[in-house]
Amino acid sequence: MVLSRPASESDLSVISTSGSLFVRDSLPKHKMQENSIPKEAAYQIIHDELLLDFKPKLNLASFVTTSMEPECDKLIMESINKNYVDMDEYPVTTELHNRCVNMIAHLFNAPLGDSEDAIGVGTVGSSEAIMLAGLAFKRKWQNKRKAEGKPYDRPNIVTGANVQVCWEKFARYFEVELKEVKVREGYYVMDPVKAVEMVDENTICVAAILGSTYNGEFEDVKLLNDLLLEKNKQTGWETPIHVDAASGGFIAPFIYPELEWDFRLPMVKSINVSGHKYGLVYAGIGWVIWRSKDDLPEDLVFHIKYLGADQSTFTLNFSKGSSQIIAQYYQLVRLGQEGYRHIMENCHENAMVLKAGLERTGRFNILSKDDGVPVVAFSLKENKGGHDEFEVSEMLRRFGWIVPAYPMPPDAQHVTVLRVVIRAEFSRTLAERLVHDVSIVLHELDKLPPKVSAKGKEGAPVTAAHEENGDIDGAGHKRKSTDLETQREITTYWKNYVIAQKTIKRQKVMAS
Amino acid sequence: MVLARPASESDLSVFSTSGSLYVRDSLPKYKMQENSIPKEAAYQIIHDELLLDFKPKLNLASFVTTSMEPECDKLIMESINKNYVDMDEYPVTTELHNRCVNIIAHLFNAPLGDSEDAIGVGTVGSSEAIMLAGLAFKRKWQNKRKAEGKPYDRPNIVTGANVQVCWEKFARYFEVELKEVKVREGYYVMDPVKAVEMVDENTICVAAILGSTYNGEFEDVKLLNDLLLEKNKQTGWETPIHVDAASGGFIAPFIYPELEWDFRLPMVKSINVSGHKYGLVYAGIGWVIWRSKDDLPEDLVFHIKYLGADQSTFTLNFSKGSSQIIAQYYQLVRLGQEGYRHIMENCHENAMVLKAGLEKTGRFNILSKDDGVPVVAFSLKEKKGGHDEFEVSEMLRRFGWIVPAYPMPLDAQHVIVLRVVIRAEFSRTLAERLVHDISIVLHELDKLPPKVSAKGKEGAPITAAHEENGDIDGAVHKRKSTDLETQREITKYWKNYVIAQKTIKRQKVMAS
Repeated sequence: MVLSRPASESDLSVISTSGSLFVRDSLPKHKMQENSIPKEAAYQIIHDELLLDFKPKLNLASFVTTSMEPECDKLIMESINKNYVDMDEYPVTTELHNRCVNMIAHLFNAPLGDSEDAIGVGTVGSSEAIMLAGLAFKRKWQNKRKAEGKPYDRPNIVTGANVQVCWEKFARYFEVELKEVKVREGYYVMDPVKAVEMVDENTICVAAILGSTYNGEFEDVKLLNDLLLEKNKQTGWETPIHVDAASGGFIAPFIYPELEWDFRLPMVKSINVSGHKYGLVYAGIGWVIWRSKDDLPEDLVFHIKYLGADQSTFTLNFSKGSSQIIAQYYQLVRLGQEGYRHIMENCHENAMVLKAGLERTGRFNILSKDDGVPVVAFSLKENKGGHDEFEVSEMLRRFGWIVPAYPMPPDAQHVTVLRVVIRAEFSRTLAERLVHDVSIVLHELDKLPPKVSAKGKEGAPVTAAHEENGDIDGAGHKRKSTDLETQREITTYWKNYVIAQKTIKRQKVMAS
Repeated sequence: MVLARPASESDLSVFSTSGSLYVRDSLPKYKMQENSIPKEAAYQIIHDELLLDFKPKLNLASFVTTSMEPECDKLIMESINKNYVDMDEYPVTTELHNRCVNIIAHLFNAPLGDSEDAIGVGTVGSSEAIMLAGLAFKRKWQNKRKAEGKPYDRPNIVTGANVQVCWEKFARYFEVELKEVKVREGYYVMDPVKAVEMVDENTICVAAILGSTYNGEFEDVKLLNDLLLEKNKQTGWETPIHVDAASGGFIAPFIYPELEWDFRLPMVKSINVSGHKYGLVYAGIGWVIWRSKDDLPEDLVFHIKYLGADQSTFTLNFSKGSSQIIAQYYQLVRLGQEGYRHIMENCHENAMVLKAGLEKTGRFNILSKDDGVPVVAFSLKEKKGGHDEFEVSEMLRRFGWIVPAYPMPLDAQHVIVLRVVIRAEFSRTLAERLVHDISIVLHELDKLPPKVSAKGKEGAPITAAHEENGDIDGAVHKRKSTDLETQREITKYWKNYVIAQKTIKRQKVMAS
């Protein structure tokens, strides 16, 4: 940047940061200070504070990619200053975006001619993608109802209760009613039969999930499609399907190619997928693909004419970085189909290793399926001594693992699960180490005295807090200090944190 | 990533990329190919194709930052794999975000107590920020109307016709009517008197721009506030103001501190600013600040409880990168108020140098003001020989400069301007060089024969195309080849491109 005169004397960087004044003042938190500080000091102090963030790779709660090859990191840094929306200035970047759309559309068997351009767009994530898809359904349905002279003020969407939180956002922000199909113990995803029963004339679409965030399960999109076709024949409503393939969209085509879930099913009109999940790119990229032009109402699209050709744009965000788009293209060409296939097969194998290890302890029920997104969701067969999944989760943190615990959606909220997401960078070694650490945790929990029976509103957490603090809620219970307890005091911070955010985990992990 | 076995023989990288097969096949464009390719080859081929993008720094059309210090680049790469939404895993990143919100709120004189947390959020850009602000106004207005038992199905928003395209998006996607105050020749921003006249009971807010994208001018927010206060007293509608300070929000506080445009004015309820414009961060960060809790309806906010404290989230995007947030914090603490002030003063000075240079040619009218965002908007005093601003723009490209030309908004669309945005990295040397190159361009244009009088629908562009193609629409005109014409053929590509996108430039530059 241009500085025609030095900012101030404080810009002299002759002294080491550690020896400077800058580490004696804490950085501003509410107001900008008057003076500049040297760039080295700014870097060091911020960098050091950020050390207190957890390590992205050990976050087993998240589906989002945390490692890429150095070659890709290089491409990312080289394009960090390109504003994606400047399509005229960066025609190649725009072209790479379009290639990604085409490649992903073909992956989803969109009914396209050989050189026909797909209808789709890159987004910041599946949230934006879902909002765009939902907007398209809403507008299409409104136009249809207006043409029929019917009321169009009460649109609704049918989904499972296991739906990701961004659908709730879409519903709230775009004024669409959310009709949720409740799940039940043993069946934790949307039941197509129930879903189709809930469809009425105001339903703008039915949203199915390919890879439920709770347990990685693929919903039965084919059955949904067949039932909906049947109902549509009777009613004439033409209710369409959207598939939220945020996690599953980059898995199913490679290891379950015969599974019909995509545009091969006629009622499926749009699909979203997160590039930053199994698309293997850092956070900040999603994709939404429409079946055909008819499924994207023209009045939602803004037109930009580029080189004489029509460049349509339909996004919520405008200016944004180009790096993740380029990174997505890198992955698609670098890995090719065989590369993605090998990676997904590895993830699947490692999930099976983890699952087998957990089963061998004899202490867990496995709630995830073998097929689907490589996630292992497990719950304790019995809460021995009142110790539960939240405590397991909290104790695993001491080993460095972040494994969330949370209740299943209504009506199965009495079931609590721990969930491990197997990402591409989760090796077998790590899987075996995790099993080992889980065994240690179980062992330690068993040594603990039973918990007090008085429970807080949501179960175990409150009791755990009481143990830690020495306070007892309800029945009196006196305990003496053990080595373990001393150690546990050290982690009081994390325990309270897990306790406080039990319900929040549900929201967060659904989004990850 | 984990590869349990090599992808295929093609993963051997023993030979140089240039000697390999990979540069003989073109990269996939429509479908993923089956095989992987070595990472070095993937990097090289993509990198090389991207060389055909233009240089970000020479893009004078854009307000968006294209350079940051290496220390900040380092912080950016270190956090590229942190998914911002994982607030539990990255508590420091979340904290830095909150500090930015507080710092910016104080910059805007939000009425806060000393340790009171501001109400605001980081977004991907001003588009998302504006949509959130608009949503809040819409919901608040709807709640009010419902309570009054009045209809709430026809909300509208009053803005100037010079409004940025994302307001049109907001209006279209969230079903709010856009009532635009037309501009006129000589007064290219929203007239507060006219705006207030247009306010009715369905108006959810009046949006003023601090830094019009067309010419950098600050709208008179204070006058708007005073007139609106008056009208509200009579009507009882309590119509609020939103200030779109995308460009101006990081300029006014530093070099026009006495200008009252922010929360010092009681009717201003929310403000957005682009971190990636004069916030001096790469593309991908914006901020929206609300005056108080009352201005953000609670039912729009999703709650995440973190460490026992309530973390409210209200964004359209969910998973996204953390880098730009950390970079914004870096800039705020690294530069401090004096740093930003010096930079904005420099930008202003360089804008004056450019303006003076252009005036010295005697050929241009200056349509930007001295005060406001450092933008120089200029148009030809006369179109000698029919040559116009589009040709100037196109010819400047040959020198490497991207200077857009576009028509002013309705009702002044007959006025065409060229616009140069002075960003932090635009030195005086570059300003003087640009003036020099513009002089050369004028000189060359003067040497050209006059253009054909027959005009296309929008004026000059079509005539220029006819010259290029040798076709004439209407009057016949025979020309002989000159050296210049040969040179012009080389740039035929860019000319057609400028011609084709005349109306598009309007959209793009408004967003940049």
